[in-house]
Amino acid sequence: MPPAAGAAGDVGYDDPWYDALASGWGEAPGHVPAGTVPAARQESEEKAAADIYLQVQRSQAFQEVRSSYRRFVVPAVAGFLAWYLAYMIAATTAPGLMAHPVAGAVNVAMLAGLGQFLSTFLLTWAYARHARLRRDRAALELRWDTQELTRGVRGGAV
Amino acid sequence: MTGNHQSLALMLFSVFVAVTLGITTWVSRNRRGSAEEFYAGGRLFSPMENGFAIAGDYMSAASFLGISGLIALYGYDGLLYSVGFLVAWLVVLFLVAELVRNCGRFTLADVVAARMRERPVRIAAGTSSVTVSVLYLVAQMVGAGSLVALLLGRTGEAAQAWTVVGVGALMIVYVSLGGMRATTWIQIVKAVLLLGGTIALTVLVLIRFHGDFDRLLTTAADRSGHGPAFLAPGLAYGGDWTARLDFLSLGLALVLGTAGLPHILSRFYTVPTARAARRSVVWSIGLIGGFYLMTIVLGFGAAAIVGPDTVRASNAAGNTAVPLLALDLGGGADSTGGTVLFAVVAAVAFATILAVVAGITLASSASVAHDLYASLRRRRGTPRSEVGVARIAAVGIGVAAIALGLLARDLNVAFLVGLAFAVAASANLPVLLYSLFWRGFTTRGAVWAVYGGLIPALVLVALSPVVSGSPGSLFPGVDFQYFPLQNPGLVSIPLGFLAGWLGTVTSAEEPDAAGHAETEVRSLTGAGAV
Repeated sequence: MPPAAGAAGDVGYDDPWYDALASGWGEAPGHVPAGTVPAARQESEEKAAADIYLQVQRSQAFQEVRSSYRRFVVPAVAGFLAWYLAYMIAATTAPGLMAHPVAGAVNVAMLAGLGQFLSTFLLTWAYARHARLRRDRAALELRWDTQELTRGVRGGAV
Repeated sequence: MTGNHQSLALMLFSVFVAVTLGITTWVSRNRRGSAEEFYAGGRLFSPMENGFAIAGDYMSAASFLGISGLIALYGYDGLLYSVGFLVAWLVVLFLVAELVRNCGRFTLADVVAARMRERPVRIAAGTSSVTVSVLYLVAQMVGAGSLVALLLGRTGEAAQAWTVVGVGALMIVYVSLGGMRATTWIQIVKAVLLLGGTIALTVLVLIRFHGDFDRLLTTAADRSGHGPAFLAPGLAYGGDWTARLDFLSLGLALVLGTAGLPHILSRFYTVPTARAARRSVVWSIGLIGGFYLMTIVLGFGAAAIVGPDTVRASNAAGNTAVPLLALDLGGGADSTGGTVLFAVVAAVAFATILAVVAGITLASSASVAHDLYASLRRRRGTPRSEVGVARIAAVGIGVAAIALGLLARDLNVAFLVGLAFAVAASANLPVLLYSLFWRGFTTRGAVWAVYGGLIPALVLVALSPVVSGSPGSLFPGVDFQYFPLQNPGLVSIPLGFLAGWLGTVTSAEEPDAAGHAETEVRSLTGAGAV
């Protein structure tokens, strides 16, 4: 057993809800998580780390990343789901409308179906562009800052 | 189908098996045996590699043969399927891929358990993931069995059974020896082969019609005997209102289910960052979208060149439309070109099934070892290495899938795939979205969301016409059919979301604000991601 689970044993081996599952039990030696701190210290450190996440969550920089993500994703999800559902409902309930010819053999249904492909490609492109230009840099900075803070709390043992 | 086709197809397929086994031995030559290595391939794949692997994981034989077959028989209604399969990727890209990559380590349960009491949540999410994977796996095994009967002549039930056993044995070897690294390379090779084959056939169809898509459609419509109705929705799903609702139910399951498929989620852990996960989804949307666009050409091409009657005579479900089209495009049944193209299509279809089953087996062995075994094992028992458990789980799941595949070989493949998507959308998606986005979500809500989607989905299927009460059902002799739809999604997906909400508002537990802050910060920034 890796030391992390051993330290967990000190906390209470019989508590059914306590677990060190996420710490990668039984991994090969040489891959040992640095968790050999005494249990009491570990607990207070986890509390401090939780405070850091709350603090980052309240920070201006994080709020901006989050609202930038939401401003794109919420309308986009609502839009494509509505467009997809409208397409499916039209296909099942209004085949007459869908069969209306447009040009040659191409009818409304064919255009709508190809439109679904097109809108999917366009939204994918728009999302990737938005994330690259508006979010990636700020998120990366926040990532290093947050990791810096938690590393400070955990005494360099992250 | 003459002996020539068979031996050439078998030869090409043997080459594929030899190459993939070579890959498996090569990548596992100096493995360290860590969980990181086994489940996530060391997390060092590039976005392009992972994009091809995702596409290889997702484009099953059901889409290659099934959708183009449906288009060949029913025209436009087959196209509705491919739209659902593609649009689903927007849900994955916008809401799931990056956030899951940032928060989790190997499985869906990692993301949810991070801010909940770990044990009950892991058991719930692990159970539903394994259920989805087994359903999907059985669908692929049944597909493999019937494919061999179709492509290599009607060699009877024994050949079908041996194919299922052989596919199962190969996939156990790939997964338990090679882990994620071998599985990924097999999927990449398969994606390249499948796309290459599809592009070649599409170009040949378009050349046949001198690049005139309009004439292709008109010819297909004339040949079908339905006229313009062939190019509009309604031939397959336009019957009574039950059939229409059933189709809406399937459409909902398709678009929401992809984001809950465990083998798709586990692919995001094979790249180093969330940005790489996003770029791999962009790659895969391009590849998958292009592929489905080409299946439209192939489907209408099969209707125009081979004709729906010939297709139906060969296989009632239309699964042989593309192989027959290949035979014709190559120059007919007795020509060298026809033989070669037919054999290529057959070998690609086999390769497709092998790559897909390997991906699913790996994901479900991760759920068993990382979630279920880790939560349920006896505390004082001898600890085993997690990877060792996962290898054993892969063997166990493989054996179970072989057995179920043999039992279920008369079930419709498309139905089984639709069912797997419905269960994924009902049991996995609500809990995933709630725990990523809802501040007040609690442990009880998480557990209820999983079981509140999983149990209704399975019960509704048991009460549906698929299982009893109609001539085509699993037990035609008895009648306990109380639910009219074949696909439970329309009811069970809202129930999953409702149960998660209900469990949360009725739970006495205070929502863990710090846990939510950690999940939110980590999911959007990647802080502390492994």
